[in-house]
Amino acid sequence: MIRSTHLPLMVTLATFVLAYALCAAQYPAMLSTRVVANLLTDNAFLGIVAVGMTFVILSGGIDLSVGSVIAFTGVFLAVVLRDTSMHPLTAFALVLAITTGFGAAMGATIHYLEMPPFIVTLAGMFLARGAAYVLSTDSVPITHEFYDTLQDIYWKAPGGGRFRLIGGLMILTFIAGALIAHRTRFGQNVYGLGGGAQTARLMGVPLASTTVGIYAISGGLAGLSGIVFSLYTSAGYSLATVGVELDAIAAVVIGGTLLSGGYGFVAGTFFGILIMGLIQTYIVFDGTLSSWWTKIVIGALLFAFILLQKGLTWATTTRRKRATGSAQPS
Amino acid sequence: MKSRRPMTDQPPLLHASGISKFFPGAVALDEVELKLYPGEVHALLGENGAGKSTLIKCLTGAYRRDGGVIRLAGAEVDPKSTADAQDLGIGTVYQEVNLLPNLTVAENLFMGRQPTRFGLVNRRAMNRAAAEVLEGYGLQIDPGEPLTRYSVAVQQVIAIARAVAMSGKVLILDEPTASLDRDEVELLFGVIRQLKERGLAIVFITHFLDQVFEISDRATVLRNGRVVGERLLAEVSQHDIITLMLGRQLEARVSEKKGGTPGELLLQVNDLAKRGMIEPFSLDLHRGEVVGLAGLLGSGRTESASLLFGAVQADQGKLLLEGRETRITNPREAIAHRFALCPEDRKTDGIVGDLSVRDNIILALQARQGWMRPIPRAKVNEIAEHYVKALDIRLASLDMPIRLLSGGNQQKALLARWLATEPEFLILDEPTRGIDVGAHAEIIALIETLRENGMALLVASSELEELVAYSTRVVVLRDRRQVKELSGDEITADNIVAAIADEERGAA
Repeated sequence: MIRSTHLPLMVTLATFVLAYALCAAQYPAMLSTRVVANLLTDNAFLGIVAVGMTFVILSGGIDLSVGSVIAFTGVFLAVVLRDTSMHPLTAFALVLAITTGFGAAMGATIHYLEMPPFIVTLAGMFLARGAAYVLSTDSVPITHEFYDTLQDIYWKAPGGGRFRLIGGLMILTFIAGALIAHRTRFGQNVYGLGGGAQTARLMGVPLASTTVGIYAISGGLAGLSGIVFSLYTSAGYSLATVGVELDAIAAVVIGGTLLSGGYGFVAGTFFGILIMGLIQTYIVFDGTLSSWWTKIVIGALLFAFILLQKGLTWATTTRRKRATGSAQPS
Repeated sequence: MKSRRPMTDQPPLLHASGISKFFPGAVALDEVELKLYPGEVHALLGENGAGKSTLIKCLTGAYRRDGGVIRLAGAEVDPKSTADAQDLGIGTVYQEVNLLPNLTVAENLFMGRQPTRFGLVNRRAMNRAAAEVLEGYGLQIDPGEPLTRYSVAVQQVIAIARAVAMSGKVLILDEPTASLDRDEVELLFGVIRQLKERGLAIVFITHFLDQVFEISDRATVLRNGRVVGERLLAEVSQHDIITLMLGRQLEARVSEKKGGTPGELLLQVNDLAKRGMIEPFSLDLHRGEVVGLAGLLGSGRTESASLLFGAVQADQGKLLLEGRETRITNPREAIAHRFALCPEDRKTDGIVGDLSVRDNIILALQARQGWMRPIPRAKVNEIAEHYVKALDIRLASLDMPIRLLSGGNQQKALLARWLATEPEFLILDEPTRGIDVGAHAEIIALIETLRENGMALLVASSELEELVAYSTRVVVLRDRRQVKELSGDEITADNIVAAIADEERGAA
C-alpha cells in the first residue's frame, strides 16, 4: 500500500526513470550494461558515504566531515602500505576503527556538550583534512598486489558491462543501511530523534547511544568510502574529495529525505545518487557540454526537491487541519 | 507529616519521601512525600507553580532530584531517565501529546519495544498488535498510517495506550483530559477504572476538580513546593480541597453582575472570511465590552482570532475600525492599531523560553516602538515590575528564563506583554487553558477590570462557565460558522450548549 509519506520517494524514483528514459531516447547506448556498470562503479564511494549521511540527516543532524575523512582514509592507506609491511586487510580494519571512533567522538561531543552538529562536524572536517596533510601532501600511489586482486574482481555482464567489487559493495551498503534504518530499533530511534529529540527522550529513546551511533555509522561509512575511493583511484591524496560531503547531502535531499529530519528513506538516497550519476554520464555522452553543467543541473534539482518538500508539508498540514475540523464528535 | 489513613492496610506501591528539588534562586520541591497505593487513583493537586510537574519529573527521572528517596514496591529505586523509569514500571502521559509526528501510530505505540524477528522489527506483527491494543480503547484506526493523520484527541488516547502498555505498576497522567471531549473523558475514565482493578497505582493531575472527585480515591495537595495535606476524597468536599490548595477561602468564583454599559463602537467586522478556515464572520465590538467566542474544539475560535489579528489574511469581507475601513494584513499592522493577541498555545506561539521574564514582557512594546528606539533600561524595569506586581506573577527574579516559570505564571507574563502595549482591543485565546483554580480566578478578575477600564475584549474559551462569567455577549461558532449570538440574560451555559446542539441537529 502506498502511503502519503512515500510520495517524495516516488517522485525521486519517477524523476530517475523519466531522466533515464529521456537520456536513452537521445543516446540509445546509455541503456547498455557498460553504462549501468560504470554508473555503479563511478559513484560507489559517494553512494556509501551518502548512506551514512542519510542516517545523520534523518536524525536532524548534518555531517560535514565525511569528505575530509575519505581523503584521510586514502592517504592513511597509501602511506601505511608504502611505509610498512601491513597487509591491506589489516590496514582496512585499522582505518575503519579510526574513522568510526572519530565519528563516535563527534557524536558524543554533539550529545554531551549539546553542540550543534554543524559546528562539531565542521571542526571534524578541518581535523581530518589536516591529519591527511600531515601524513602526506603529495599524491601517494598504492601499489600492492592485493589491491590489484581486488580491482580485478568483476562480473562481466552480457553487453560488456563490468560490475566491479566496489559497485557491489555500495549496493550491499544500501541494503544494510535500509535494513538498519527501517527494520531495527536503532533505526526507529534515529527517526524518533529526527521527529523531535525532547519527545523522543520522553518516550524512552536513548539519545546518547543513538546520537553516538549515528555519527559513528557516518564516520565508519566515510572510512569504507575512503577504502573504496583508494581502490577506485589506486592512490591517496590529501586534496581529494573536497566538497564530497555536499554532494552526499545533495544526494540525500534529492532522494526525498527532509533536511530537517524525521522523514525519508535510504532507498531514496540510492536513486538520488543514480540521478546525479546519470547527469554526469549524459554530459559525457553529449561531449560538448562543460562538466560544470553537472553542478548546475544538480543545483536546479535540489531546488526543485526543496520546493516539492515544502509543498508536500504544506499540503499535508492543511489537509490535516481540514480533516480534524470536520471530524467533530457528535 | 499526616498520619497514615486507616483504610489501607497494604504498604504503598510507590513511596517517595523527602523529595527536594532546587532551581537557581528557587526551591521547587521541599521535602515532599507521596504515597501511591495499588488499585488507587491518586490526584495530585495544587496551583500552578505548586510543584506538581516538578515532582512528576523527579519521579520519572526527567529531572534529577536534589534529595529524597523513592521506593517502588519496597525497594529503593533511582530512575535516571524516563527510559529508566519506564523500565521500572513508571509510565507517564504528559499534558501535551508527546508522540512523534513523523512516525506511524504503531511505531509510536511500540517505540523502544518493537516486536522483532531475527533482530529485525516485524512491522506486520507490530501493526497487528497495535490494532489490537487500540481496539481495546475503542479506536478502530489503521496503525500503519502516520500519527498526524488523526486528531489530537485520538493522539492523546494513543499516548495513554502507550503508557499503559509500558508501565506495569505506576501510571502518571498529567492533565490527560485537557484536550478530550466529554465522551473521550468517559472512555478514558473507563480505562482508568479497568487499570485500577488490575492493581495499578495511578496518579491523576488535572485542574478539573469535578473529574478529581469523579475518579480519584485519594489526593495529595501541594502548595509552594510543600505537601499541605493528603486526604481520602470520600471524606472531604471540593471546598476543603480548594481551601487546601489556595490556603485561603476562594473568593466567589464568578462575579454575577457586569456593570456599566458598553462604550462607543470600536470595531465592525463585516463578513470577514477565509476559505477553508472560517466562514463569513460579522461582529460589532464596543469599548468596555467582552465578547466571548464559544464552540467546540475546531469550531473556528482560534481561526477567527488569528483572522482579526491579521495572522491569517482574509479573502473576503471588511473590517471597520472606528468607522473607517482598515486593512490589516499582518500582526504588525494589527499591533500598530493597538490590537493585541494572547495566543492559545503559549509554548509555540507565545513565550520565548530562553529570554528572561523581563525581556518577554517588554517584547511587544519594543516591537511596536521599532528596534531603532530602544526603551531605556529603567523604564523596562519599571514596566516589568509593575505588571509582575499587578498580575501577581510568581518568580524568583525578573532575570530568570521564562521557561522556568509554571504554566499559569507564563500565561500571566504573556498577558503582561500585551497589556504593556496598552491595547484598545485585546484578543485572548483560551486564556485559562491548563492553569489552576487560583490563577483562573485571577485571570477572570483581570478580564473584568480591563473591561471596566474601557478596553474591548474578545475571549475565545472552551470553558462555558467562564464565558458566562465575564462575557457581555457570546458568539457561538460551529463548524467554522457563526451560528448564534447571545446577550444579556440569554448568556447561560445551557443556552450556549443548546446553540451548538441545535445546529448539530440541523446539520445531521
